[in-house]
Formats: sequence, C-alpha cells, structure tokens
Amino acid sequence: MSELRHDGGAMRALTLRLGDEIFAIAAESVREVLDLVPITHVPGAPAFVGGLINVRGRVVPLADLRVSFGMDRRPPDKDTRIVVVEIDIGGEPTVTGILADKVHDVTDLESADIQDAPRVGMRWRPEYIRGICKRNGDFIILPHLEHIFESQGRRSGNSTEERAAS
Amino acid sequence: MSLPDPTETFRQEARELLEQLEAGLLDLEQDPGNADLINSAFRALHTIKGSGAMFGFTEVASFVHEFETAFDRVRKGTSAVTAALVGVALDAKDHVHRLIEDPGQAEADGADILDRLRHIVAIDAFPHSPMDKSDAPPASPTSPPPGRWRLRFTLPKDALIYGTNPLLLLEEIRAIGPAEVTALIGDIPPLDAFDPDICYMGWQVDITAEDPRAAIEDVFLFLRDSMELSLEPLAGAEPDEVSTASAHAEAPGAAPVAVESVAAPVGRAEAPAGAPPAADRTAGSSMRVAAERLDELMDRVGELVIAQARLSQIAAMGSDGNLKTIAEELERLSSGLRDTTMGIRMVPIGTLFSRFRRLIHDLSRDLGKDIEFVTTGEDTELDKTVIEKLADPLVHLIRNSVDHGLEDASRRVASGKRFTGTVRLSAVYAGAEVSISVSDDGAGLNAERIRAKAEEAGLVAPDAKLSDHELWQLIFAPGFSTAKEVTELSGRGVGMDVVKRTIEGLRGTIDVATRPGEGTTVTLRLPLTLAIIDGMLVRVGDGRYTIPLAAVEECVELPAQIDATSRGRNFLDIRGELVPFLRLRETFDVAGAAESHPKVVIVSSGEGRVGLVVDQILGNYQTVIKQLSKLHASIKSFSGATILGDGSVALILDTMSLVGMGQAHDDRFKHELRGKAA
Repeated sequence: MSELRHDGGAMRALTLRLGDEIFAIAAESVREVLDLVPITHVPGAPAFVGGLINVRGRVVPLADLRVSFGMDRRPPDKDTRIVVVEIDIGGEPTVTGILADKVHDVTDLESADIQDAPRVGMRWRPEYIRGICKRNGDFIILPHLEHIFESQGRRSGNSTEERAAS
Repeated sequence: MSLPDPTETFRQEARELLEQLEAGLLDLEQDPGNADLINSAFRALHTIKGSGAMFGFTEVASFVHEFETAFDRVRKGTSAVTAALVGVALDAKDHVHRLIEDPGQAEADGADILDRLRHIVAIDAFPHSPMDKSDAPPASPTSPPPGRWRLRFTLPKDALIYGTNPLLLLEEIRAIGPAEVTALIGDIPPLDAFDPDICYMGWQVDITAEDPRAAIEDVFLFLRDSMELSLEPLAGAEPDEVSTASAHAEAPGAAPVAVESVAAPVGRAEAPAGAPPAADRTAGSSMRVAAERLDELMDRVGELVIAQARLSQIAAMGSDGNLKTIAEELERLSSGLRDTTMGIRMVPIGTLFSRFRRLIHDLSRDLGKDIEFVTTGEDTELDKTVIEKLADPLVHLIRNSVDHGLEDASRRVASGKRFTGTVRLSAVYAGAEVSISVSDDGAGLNAERIRAKAEEAGLVAPDAKLSDHELWQLIFAPGFSTAKEVTELSGRGVGMDVVKRTIEGLRGTIDVATRPGEGTTVTLRLPLTLAIIDGMLVRVGDGRYTIPLAAVEECVELPAQIDATSRGRNFLDIRGELVPFLRLRETFDVAGAAESHPKVVIVSSGEGRVGLVVDQILGNYQTVIKQLSKLHASIKSFSGATILGDGSVALILDTMSLVGMGQAHDDRFKHELRGKAA
C-alpha cells in the first residue's frame, strides 16, 4: 500500500457508512454528494450496477458497493446519499455514483494508521480493499474502487454474453 | 483537467498537414504546372519538419528534410511533376505518417523511398519542363559553392511583446558562420512617437557559410509568416537564387536605412511570395476543441433544457404573468442554444471525401483502370460521430465500385463506353436525413451470377422467386461475393454485410440500384445527428423506455385471446404475416401481475420485425441520446439512455438486438414444432 503512504502525510478522505461498516474514499476522486434521486433500474444489469441516475444532465451508473461486500441491501432512508466519484475503469475516467447508507464527513487519515488488508481472516475479497485504517478503536475500510469496478464490469460482460447467446 | 500533451498536439497537426499534402499531391497530378499547389505542399512539409524537430521527432524531421530537398527541385522547376513523382511522394508521405504514429519503427524503407524520390527528381530534371518558367539553368541548387550571403530582415512590430529576443536570433545566425551584423535603424521614429514595446529595427547580416538557407529558415521558424526577410549570395552568386531574392530586396549597395523599400511582398529566400498558407487563413476563423468538451457542453445544455421545462411547467400552473414571460423567454433561448450546440458537432462530409481521392488513386494504379472520381455535396454536414463511422463502409463501397463495378478498359471500349470509368460520390440533404451515394458507370450487378452464387452459398432455395430488390439485398448477406477471383482489394465476401451492419448501427438504411451495362448506385441514408432522435416513450411496469420512432412500424392492441393463450407461442398475425413478439415485462423481469389491455409496438430492423408488448404508450418525444458507460456497454437490449422532462432517466431500446431476440424466439419455436412433428 505504498501508494497511500508515499508522502508520509495524511490522506484526505470522505467517510461514509455502508451497512455497519465505515468506508473511506479518497476525497480527490469525489465530485459531489447528492441526496437520493430517482433511480432507473437497468434490466439485465448486474445488481452491483443495476441503476442509472441523472447527475446534472449526465446519465451516470449507480453502483452499490454493498453487493461487492456481501452486505444486506437495506431500502433507502432519510440518510441515504449518492456519492459521485470519478474513477479509472479500464483506462477510461468514468463518472459513477455510489450509494451510501450515510455520509459522515471529510477527514484526514494518517498514513501511519493505514495497514494492508489482512490476507486471512477476512470476509471480503482482499483485492477489493486498498487498506484498513485504525482510528479511535474503529476500523475504516479503504475500498479499491478500480478493482471492484473492473471485476464487476467483466462479470456484467460475461453474464450478458450468456444471455445473448441463449 | 490535465494539459494537452504537446506530442499529441503535434501528431494531430501533422496528421492534418499530411492530409493537406496528400490532397495537394493528388491535385498536382491533375494540374502539374500549378505553382500554388507545389508551394503549399512544400509549406506543409516545411512545417512538419520544423515542429517535428521541436517535439523530438528527429527521424521525422530528418526524413522530411530529405523529402523537402528533393521536392525543392520540383519547386524550382528543375524537375517536372509526373505521375511517378506523385506516386513516390505519396509513399513518402505515408512513411512520414508511420514515423509520426509509431516513432520507434525502423527507417529501412525510408531510405529506399528517398532513393526513389531522388532518382525520379534527378531523371526528370530537364530545362523545358512545364514548371520551368524562368531561364534558370538546371544547376544543382542543393549544393552551391561556399560564399558570402547577405541576409536582411525586419521582425514583426509586435515581436518584442510576444517575447522574441532579437539578440538571441542574431546569436543563432552567428552560429551558422562568421557574420557581420549591421543594424537598420531608418524606421525608428522620433522620441515622442516612440513606443518602447515596438520593434522598429531591421538587421543586415553578411554571413559566410556554405548554404545557410535551411539554417536561417530554422532560426526564423516561428516568425517567418509575419516578418520580412531576404537572403542573397554576395559574390559568385547563383542565378536562380538572385532571381527569387533580389526581386524583393534592394541592391546590395543600397544604404542600410532603406529598409522600407524591402516592405514589398514578403521576400523570403526559401519560398517565393505566394498565397498565404491555407492553414493560416483558417487559423483565425476556427479553433480546435476536444470532442469531450463538446459532449460536456451538450450535457450542460441538456440539463438546461430539462430545468427550463420544469420552470415552464411551474409558470403555467401559476398566474404570475412576469414568471410566464421569463419562462417563455428562457424556452426560446434554451432551444436556440440547443440547436447551436448541435450545430457545433456537425462536420462537413468533405473532410471524409478527400480521403478517398487517395484510395481511388491507388486503386487506379493497382488495377490498371483509368478512373475519374467525382464528388459532390462536400458541404453537407453530419454529426462528427457519424462521419467517423462512415469512413470504413465508404471505403468498402468505393472499392467494390472500382473493383467489381468498373469493367476493364478494353471491355468498356468494346461496349461503346468512355475509356475512363467514373466513380461518383455524392452527399445531399433529404429531409432530416443525409443521403450519400456511391455510383459507378460500370457493368451493373449481374442478376444471374448473384442468384447462382446465393444458391451455391445456400442463401436462397433454387426454386425461390425473388424480386429484383430482394435479389440485390443478397449482396449484403454475410459471406457473399460474386467476384470470380479474389483480389487483394475485395472479393473476400467480408465487407458488404459489415457495411450494412455499420449503417444500421447508425440508424441508417442502405439501398442498391443497378442497371445492366449502365452502372450501380449504392445509397446510404443517415440521420443528421446521433445526438437527438424522435422517440416513442412507453411504460413497462414502473420503468419507462424510449423506442426510436424511426424503427416503429405500427402500434396495435394485443388481442385478448392471444394474451391469454400465447404462453408458448408468441406470434401475432399482422395482415397475414406472422410476427413474433416479446413481452417486455418478461424480457425485463418485471415483478407483479401483468396489466390488462397491453399494447404491441411493432418495430423493424433491416428485414426483421418484432412486436414489443408494453403496458402503456406514453407519447412521442424528442430525445437527447446519452451513451451508456462502459459498465453497461455489454447490455445489448439498450442502445443508450435519455433524460426525461421530470429529470429521471429512461433507457433507449436497441431495436436491432430486440429484433434479433424475436428472431431467435421464432427459430426456436419452429425448431420445436419440427421436433414435435418428427
């Protein structure tokens, strides 16, 4: 995880809650945080990117990281937000929305507190996690968005090919 | 947002210059004596050389330098323009293109091309060529004897403001050879009229060097278009040099203050004064914008239109007269803005047409057919995306016209036709569409041969009755080719089906008309823009979807008895024809019980038709198409998405793939029937 620590300083991140876990997304990739907007369901798309939303006149896919981390998908409530991020998917900068059960705040994570994800004893696929930050006795998970989106994108490709072939 | 990569900028510019060069060379083949064409080709080369060296494309720069040197003989009139020269020059241009796109590649064939080029300009050097306007003897201007040269130049008035340092320029000139600099100060005004930001001075430099022309040209690379410069040999002068240079410069003995008399036409040693380069003329009136920025602008405008629609709704509900006025004003403005924004994406199709001249040139040479290529309607504008996607299909069509359409010269003459075949490429507006046609005056399609070939390939039954139209459509079937011999160019049976698919992907249609012995015309009809379509909005469950109106044939009620009984057998009888239908509720896995009185929208794509069962038809709307992101790109049922008046997103159905699904359903059903019967 040297990429997170190379400057020896802090990493500015947006913290948000998914299920019962706190996640942190690098603030530089966050474009905006929206209240819940109408979501258009995309038939045939994988649950991870099952929706589309309108972000200032652009049609943007809405991703649900809870699917990638095998969490319950609770229905949206008053705390539900959409975090709009710009990430690199397959070498192409892509704007996408991420559903969050609640958005906390922008905070500095000390690089010294960030550790590699443990290879064993974890429920989640290790390549989905950049690192884990320990703070005040809590764990903050730093998801590896590029890996998550790329693997899910591939999966969606396969599933539709199967559908088309049938 | 990152800064544009300068290397990429160079590549883009070089690509355009190479296109100009190619067009110039092809024009030159038709009109070998045209000095303007020769000069513009020369300028293109020169700019590529200069900026190539600046951006580190040294191989490009050195190759182009050699190319330029050889071409210089043509410019000076010591070599004639011939078809062979144009041919080699085109090869050289291709080589430069490769060097720019892939700088790592070996230079082996480059040397070969240069050899051929030098060989040709050397052979064709004769004093009475059509280019030779002066009586200059065919001396070898590439290697003049060492001597003294007099250089006089004045910088543009604003040179200092833009950061040019004359001292550095003089330094560079001194580096070429021993030089004696005299300042020409005659233009300096009295002190009260003196503006310290303006460069009033000129310079005269007597330099001793072997041939400083190229070197001096390089020194003034960025200024030469707006400055005055003359260069002439002082002693042992070469006649042709004097004739070009002295026409614009004073006699060497004139007083140094007589600078204003140099201000005749731009006197440059390397290129005689002529029309300003075409690129310069357009530079002021157009600018380069990244396509993504236009897309972004389009997004913003789309957003504005949606916000404005909401405002209009609110204004219409209330009774505030002022609000209504403003809402109307805003509506007018935003629709104007939308049209303008769409207009920016439109590109004249001529940019595409000019590429094909080279194709015809090469085909003509390779096949030994004499071809006249006529284009019309270059001004016709189409969405940039459409134009880019049209290139490959048109290449196929033009190749087919030349290879299969046009007969050999002997056969043409035997059938009483002109020796030269004609291929015509034209574009014309037809309502909200553009119609592009490729026609030839060749032999026309051979109905018997197509029929025989189709039967051989199992595309039609031997006893099937086909209309002419159906027969011609067979050439678009995959794996179909009637060419007796497979040439390198065409006849592999890939092509026409790809053409058809591409055109349909652009929501266009393709049609063939042919007359035996008179020729064939293939006509493509394409929508003006891909950014906006007329759509029919339908509801399936809670979801709303847009169907491109162009694909909709008709809408009918789903008959109740079919609705109730058709679980396994999804066919509708539309005036005697069985049309398969898809229940979109099932296709899209909509939960909940089906609604009563469903409607069927019959859509077509190519030859196929399919009925789409929806819950409700909501109406027709103009739809701004948004591409789906990579994450959804693999979902075949949808071609894009759009934003509705209330700000929510609706998916656009991909009729082509839905028709395919209907067809698959049809086949499966027939298969089952056969299975049962057996």
